[in-house]
Amino acid sequence: MKYKSVFDIIGPVMVGPSSSHTAGAARIGLLARSLFGGQPAHADIYLYGSFKDTYRGHGTDIALIAGLLGYDTDDDRIMTAEDEAKKAGLQFQFIEMEAERSHPNTALLHLVKGEEQLTIEGISIGGGKIELVSVNDYQINISGNYPALLVFHRDTFGTIARVTTILGDNEINVSQMNVSRKEKGDVALMTIELDETIDRRTVQEVREADGVNRVIEMKES
Amino acid sequence: MFNSISQLIEKAEQEQKSIADVMITQEMEVTGRSYDEVYRDMEKNLATMESAVDEGIAGVTSTTGLTGMDAVKMQKYIDSGKGLSGDLTLYAIAHAVSTNEVNAAMGKICATPTAGSAGVVPGVLFAMKRKHDVKREDMVRFLFTSGAFGFVVANNASISGAAGGCQAEIGSASAMAAAALVEMAGGTPRESGHGFAIALKNMLGLVCDPVAGLVEVPCVKRNAAGASNSLTATDMALAGIESRIPADEVLEAMYKIGLTMPSALRETGRGGLAATPTGERLKQELFGEQ
Repeated sequence: MKYKSVFDIIGPVMVGPSSSHTAGAARIGLLARSLFGGQPAHADIYLYGSFKDTYRGHGTDIALIAGLLGYDTDDDRIMTAEDEAKKAGLQFQFIEMEAERSHPNTALLHLVKGEEQLTIEGISIGGGKIELVSVNDYQINISGNYPALLVFHRDTFGTIARVTTILGDNEINVSQMNVSRKEKGDVALMTIELDETIDRRTVQEVREADGVNRVIEMKES
Repeated sequence: MFNSISQLIEKAEQEQKSIADVMITQEMEVTGRSYDEVYRDMEKNLATMESAVDEGIAGVTSTTGLTGMDAVKMQKYIDSGKGLSGDLTLYAIAHAVSTNEVNAAMGKICATPTAGSAGVVPGVLFAMKRKHDVKREDMVRFLFTSGAFGFVVANNASISGAAGGCQAEIGSASAMAAAALVEMAGGTPRESGHGFAIALKNMLGLVCDPVAGLVEVPCVKRNAAGASNSLTATDMALAGIESRIPADEVLEAMYKIGLTMPSALRETGRGGLAATPTGERLKQELFGEQ
């Protein structure tokens, strides 16, 4: 079931005018910021479907920027997010896309800061609820309801076992796990949803495991 | 977790609990939080709703100027004593409009289940407060009951206008409010289910066609319609009138109608009222494009 809490239905408390196009957009921005590990210097934001057609009227653009700045759905600064972005040194541009995606409310964010780059794709499924559907073009499906680890790794024998052993040794329970890759033998992405927040030392251990390239931590929303 | 209206009603009947209590218990189980924590969060949402109702009655206007100040007009009309519909309906209309005018003006609201339909549930609830002076605790419980029905809608159909049209937003909100009002008025869980089904049936097929893509025209007035439809369905259910089509099947119908609705009528601002000559002209004036 996609919706688990009564507060997904009665809530969130938010700045108007649209739960999917404003609050959901802010949450996609927030999630992107969290996955990027802070505020990017530049963001290219691609809008699809209903997001593309109606973003101006719904404040979808400023809400996405607000999220990237770390503002939650009920933050009054959503209205002035563009000015706040200038002050905070966040450059951005919006690109309207004609293509159809899996969901009518889709935003794809390409974030850059120095050498760091990350592309995430989020969908807003209604009532402010969002899902993450891809990271760096790897298809994933994460609700954001639980903490998760995104582990980019070499698609070779034994890497997955090494990572799960580290989690097991540290008594961390995996609730759901997925592996996706673009091509055989290429870099693959392991998505691990966890029952509880993982400590820093364990994340570091996973980072140092043989075959692991990059680890992104996703906190509970 | 309950995943249908019939399961929700059976659970309430078997455990001899109100639907609000079934929802609170499930929330505690799912999140591992205490009764007090869950209750207090809902109380905060209620406080946000109350502020929005008051703000709109005092008067707000959106940045585009397309909506605003109609709640003030409605209030003056109520004060004049010339209203035809009866106090409860008039209050519900005024409060639904005021909440959604605040939303359009980018003010703070609580999504129920969405922002575009955020006026319906508080519209009905604060009308009850004004007319019948209901207790704060019963108002909080009303929100849990609304949430329980909305939870089933969101998981089995949709609460997104972009996915299912306005029937999924105002329709869902109207049905949620009807179910909760039946319970508040002393009806049984089964009667709540009929209230829900009757209200939703009357909103089936409603398209999402916002002018210029803004949550303003026709959204604000549709919140008023959703609120008064709730009252109609509630009174029918309390009179013992039953929905011939069971609530879960009405919900499935709503979902399937949404799937067959063209995208021009699902929150793209390209069809319906948005595509009328006046709708197109307003868009042109606001954003300078066709």
